[in-house]
Amino acid sequence: MPGHKTIEPFWWGLFSVGGVVAAFLVPAHLIVHGLAIPLGWTSSNPARLLAFVGHPLVKIYLFVLIALPLYHWAHRFRFILEDLGVHGLRTPIAVLCYGSAVVGTVLTLWILFRL
Amino acid sequence: MSASRPERAGLYYPKLPATWWLKNPRYFRFMIREVTSVFIAIFLVVLLVQLYQLSRGPEAYAACVARLASPGWIVFHVVALAFALYHSVTWFNLTGVVQVVRIGERQVPPILIVGGAFAAWGVVSLVILVFFFTRV
Repeated sequence: MPGHKTIEPFWWGLFSVGGVVAAFLVPAHLIVHGLAIPLGWTSSNPARLLAFVGHPLVKIYLFVLIALPLYHWAHRFRFILEDLGVHGLRTPIAVLCYGSAVVGTVLTLWILFRL
Repeated sequence: MSASRPERAGLYYPKLPATWWLKNPRYFRFMIREVTSVFIAIFLVVLLVQLYQLSRGPEAYAACVARLASPGWIVFHVVALAFALYHSVTWFNLTGVVQVVRIGERQVPPILIVGGAFAAWGVVSLVILVFFFTRV
């Protein structure tokens, strides 16, 4: 389709950036917040953590860490559903996946503003 | 990754069973790589819940963390860690193919780019771990 423009490159760009963020940062944070802190491997103190996440640079970091990989998920999950044979629902699937990532982004901003 | 297909009536879709990816180890690894994103996303939502509880105060956060110490959540996080590591390894292995770096006329060997990505990942992970184990 000559001259047919889509928003696809935009989502693919977010997918790619989110993939980089997930690859570099998520395993270490999974160890810290999924295992080390719940199992008491660290001397983590909630009051100190609260003071730390109040810093604007830390909030920006957390926004990048949480929001961008959601677009990575949205793009991959969209194609998982298509690869499993869910055809004829292309537009609703795309809206649902990218829409969930947008909702996640708004929630992340809201929670970070509260901190 | 599937390329985007234009939405058009009458487009041919091959009729594959939903289990096509179980037929061949390569297809299986492809699907595992795609599924890593689901586990990563669930972890990030849990992390977001932790931050929400932290915004309600240190006590609410402590109660949330205590719930995450249950065997079910620990098993989930161990499995999610395995998927996250698989994502990182497959992603960095691809940087050598995707990212072509030239110095003058010569192309930097892909193995160096992949090695650099893994080294940077190690440093970043170490900084995060050391920080949370000693400072927070």
